[in-house]
Amino acid sequence: MTVALSGKEIATKIEERFPGSVVKSSPDSLVVKSEFLLDVATFLKTTPDLDFDYLTAITAIDYYDRFEVVYQLTSIKHNHSLMVKTHCYGRDNLSLPSVVGLWRGADFQEREIYDLMGISFDGHPNMKRIVLWEGFEGHPLRKDYGT
Amino acid sequence: MEVAREHIYSDADLDRVEGNQIEALKAHSQQPFPDPDEWLDEKLERNILLITVDAALNWARRSSLWPAICFPACCAFELIAANASRFDLSRFGMEILRASPRQADLMITAGTLTWKMAPQVRRIYDQMAEPKWVIAMGACAISGGIFTSSYSVVPGYNRIIPIDVYVPGCPPRPEALIYGIRMLHSKIARRSLGTEAK
Ligand code: SF4
Repeated sequence: MTVALSGKEIATKIEERFPGSVVKSSPDSLVVKSEFLLDVATFLKTTPDLDFDYLTAITAIDYYDRFEVVYQLTSIKHNHSLMVKTHCYGRDNLSLPSVVGLWRGADFQEREIYDLMGISFDGHPNMKRIVLWEGFEGHPLRKDYGT
Repeated sequence: MEVAREHIYSDADLDRVEGNQIEALKAHSQQPFPDPDEWLDEKLERNILLITVDAALNWARRSSLWPAICFPACCAFELIAANASRFDLSRFGMEILRASPRQADLMITAGTLTWKMAPQVRRIYDQMAEPKWVIAMGACAISGGIFTSSYSVVPGYNRIIPIDVYVPGCPPRPEALIYGIRMLHSKIARRSLGTEAK
């Protein structure tokens, strides 16, 4: 079975390399600052022993005061996984760096998050709505949509 | 005592038996079977049926409806079940679902419709051959069903195409759909060429 790596342990490794990048960590997951996201993602993908070569899923959650974007990473090589999160504050003009350059699978999922949550991803080759149509008002998976 | 293991037939014996069978069949098959429909020719002349054009036309139309494929959601499975051997829509002359709307005159709208899909459904309807009918199957087709207040769901197909028969249910059972089809049949039976001209 795939082994879920401890967020705490990986957080220590990340902190060594990028001091100040980890906001918090727990046995299940770790939260990194959004400005470090791309560096951390590259580190996780390219570091031997980590080798997170597969992006299982990205999803986003609206906590009213912030959006949390969750990256579920897997290493097929070592059969282990890790959950990395980042936060995005505010309601308007939100953006995060895109990880499409690292994992092609992020393409549609980042577009879906943009479509339904309204977080744009910088560096994405085709940042537009995916399920709703062009001209749709708002982002319907936000908690305050339609209220 | 040892049993003698002999072949019952030699190759030559087998050939001879086969030859005998062929000869026997051939001897009995010198005449073709009589045509069971031979009597029709003469009797048909004495069987002239008088009927109104409306009745004949409506009978022909309702007895062989051609459904277009349009099932965007879960109601589809009840439609498929209705179409398959157990419920057997071929009893009503409509077992073939047409992938080309140009060969269809009935749309059974089996499923939730989103606004993104709506133009395509409208186009399928526009491409269907006249005269054409629509059965709204299921709560979603009638009113949007449980998704009626969603931001992306069309609250009823009657927003985009005219509906002839509504079949409620979530999903309607095949029996319900068949009842709806029978209702459509009686609706078609009431058509008249006189009032049809637009
Ligand atoms: S009416 Fe019910 S079964 Fe039919 S498409 Fe809607 S939700 Fe699905």
